[in-house]
Amino acid sequence: MNIAEYKDIYVFCEERENKIHDSSLELLGEAVRLVNDRPSLNYKVVGVVIGNHSDELAEIAGHYGADKVIFLHNEKLKHYSTEIYTELFMDIIKNDKPDIILIPATVLGRDLAPRIAARCDTGLTADATKLDFDPENEESPLLYVTRPAFGGNLFGTIINETKRPQMTTIRPGVMEPVHKDATRKFEMDKREVDIDNIEDKVKLIEVLKKDIMAVDITKADIILSGGRGVGDNFHVLEECAKMIGAEVGASRGAVDKGFIDKDHQVGQTGKTVRPKVYIACGISGAVQHLAGMEKSDFIIAINKDPGAAIFSVANIGLVGDALEILPLLTEEIRLYRERPY
Amino acid sequence: MNILVLLKQVPDTTEMKIDKEKGTLIREGVPTITNPDDLAGMEVALQLKDKYGANVTAITMGPPQAENMLRELYAMGADEAVLISDRKFSGADTWATSNTLAAYIKTVDYDLIIAGRQAIDGDTAQVGPQTAEKLGLPQISYVDEVMEFSKDKIVVKKALENNYEVLECSLPCVITTLSTIAKPRYMHVRGISHAFEKDIPVKGFDDLEIDPAIIGLKGSPTKVKKTFTKEVHSNSDILNLDGKASARKVAEILIDMNFIGK
Ligand SMILES: Cc1cc2nc3c(=O)[nH]c(=O)nc-3n(C[C@H](O)[C@H](O)[C@H](O)COP(=O)(O)OP(=O)(O)OC[C@H]3O[C@@H](n4cnc5c(N)ncnc54)[C@H](O)[C@@H]3O)c2cc1C
Ligand SMILES: Nc1ncnc2c1ncn2[C@@H]1O[C@H](COP(=O)(O)O)[C@@H](O)[C@H]1O
Repeated sequence: MNIAEYKDIYVFCEERENKIHDSSLELLGEAVRLVNDRPSLNYKVVGVVIGNHSDELAEIAGHYGADKVIFLHNEKLKHYSTEIYTELFMDIIKNDKPDIILIPATVLGRDLAPRIAARCDTGLTADATKLDFDPENEESPLLYVTRPAFGGNLFGTIINETKRPQMTTIRPGVMEPVHKDATRKFEMDKREVDIDNIEDKVKLIEVLKKDIMAVDITKADIILSGGRGVGDNFHVLEECAKMIGAEVGASRGAVDKGFIDKDHQVGQTGKTVRPKVYIACGISGAVQHLAGMEKSDFIIAINKDPGAAIFSVANIGLVGDALEILPLLTEEIRLYRERPY
Repeated sequence: MNILVLLKQVPDTTEMKIDKEKGTLIREGVPTITNPDDLAGMEVALQLKDKYGANVTAITMGPPQAENMLRELYAMGADEAVLISDRKFSGADTWATSNTLAAYIKTVDYDLIIAGRQAIDGDTAQVGPQTAEKLGLPQISYVDEVMEFSKDKIVVKKALENNYEVLECSLPCVITTLSTIAKPRYMHVRGISHAFEKDIPVKGFDDLEIDPAIIGLKGSPTKVKKTFTKEVHSNSDILNLDGKASARKVAEILIDMNFIGK
């Protein structure tokens, strides 16, 4: 393997509901940042779109930072298939020789990435939260991939010096997309691909909706989050959240106790959120929880225990009883709204 | 029908302690458990065995003490257990682990392979799919229910972020299971005594036909450059106010940020 032949950063663009999913837009943004940080490499950001999608969908990758979009198109490619996507990606790896491939750590990404990495016998780092080029050598394209391990107790920085491409999946919600710019210039490389010779043994029979409409706390501006300290009183949070226009989040402590549904869980094994305001109530601030919310713009913590770890990431910490404070807050806001001026 | 279950013995990460100075884990005294997703996969295998009849083999690659886990699996109802263990295998990343597991699996008969979705030590979710690839088998990951099973195909429900997919696959194949798929049964008393009489075959490097360049720490393409723990820095204003003043403080912040319309 001649490592020097491999170049550029490729981002897998996952489609969902006729859009490129946010998690991929975030990776395009991160790839732009990496490329700009190391201009000496002269790397491009390449978006990879696969499926029977419209050209407009593929172009979105360009609007979000790709210098080039490789669009592997086939009318028959209606939904994701591990085998077909792996084979198509292998063609890109053989022909285009990407140095770096970034794939979102979504359910789909975590199905596809290991398959590709194993087929081309390269290393794969999972669920990264931070990417940098080798800080010790300014010319180097070696990627330093940082990720949590052991339930967020420890962080490791992983490198792959011997094989190419350098592959990693990245946690959704961690990286930041660049601003959309529909006037950006980029190259569109659309390839009609043949899939008739790829045997896919897995057949999709049907898609079932999840019973409960999953709440999407990742889109909220304000998250009012409760932990074990709130106990079986999440209705207090819900009332307050309704009044202030927030979504309700939760720690795993609260979810495990059955106080609230798992869809609300924030953290390492829950969702990564970065709202404008995160209000943590009765949450101790375990590393696994912090991992999912510490990038919020502004953090307010309410906890009885002045020594709680949550205070270490908070902008404002209030030592007190959340169950006393929240109803008062609801009342404050109600009064404010009713005031005539 | 032969079902292979891949399981890993992992440190109980809820009990984990960190050496903040050195940025490393303190492994001494941390209890080990069978990885939850894998144990649920074991339960699925046993349920299939109860219903359709099958021979269930538990397979792990790990240090000699992983034998304890295999004995517990015997006690749960596994028919066979195999420990793949050799110093040459240690320090493997997911690619090297999959090469090793696949090298052993190639020597046995199977119809279905069940792995856990992910192991809680690394949370990578890679070994199942990578082992499938090394064996040239199709895979279905994130399985939350086995809906149908027969001698030539399996129908499962896969959990995605916002919905489920019902997928069908011909056998043999690999599925990876979520811990919610089934509640693992307890070890039964007869099983426990039986478990201690069982032989646990250990397969080392010499027992497998495998290129030494693709195993263990040396064969792993990914290397850990450094490990560290999060430095927690305090940047907050910590206020001791009464309830009313606290509520007002939060209200002021939200109003200042223009979240509260009139
Ligand atoms: C592999 C792994 C993954 C994990 N993933 C996640 C994850 O994704 N998300 C997550 O959150 N956790 C996760 N955890 C769990 C995490 O380690 C903690 O156990 C959990 O976050 C604790 O929840 P908690 O803060 O609600 O409960 P506790 O730690 O019990 O804290 C409760 C807090 O409430 C305070 N309190 C009590 N009463 C009141 C009151 N009336 N008013 C105000 N304060 C009060 C107490 O002082 C205390 O600080 C994970 C753990 C592991 C091992
Ligand atoms: N050393 C191992 N021995 C047996 N099975 C393993 C081993 N490592 C991982 N697995 C299986 O692969 C799954 C995914 O592991 P991981 O990729 O480490 O998250 C686990 O849930 C196990 O079923």
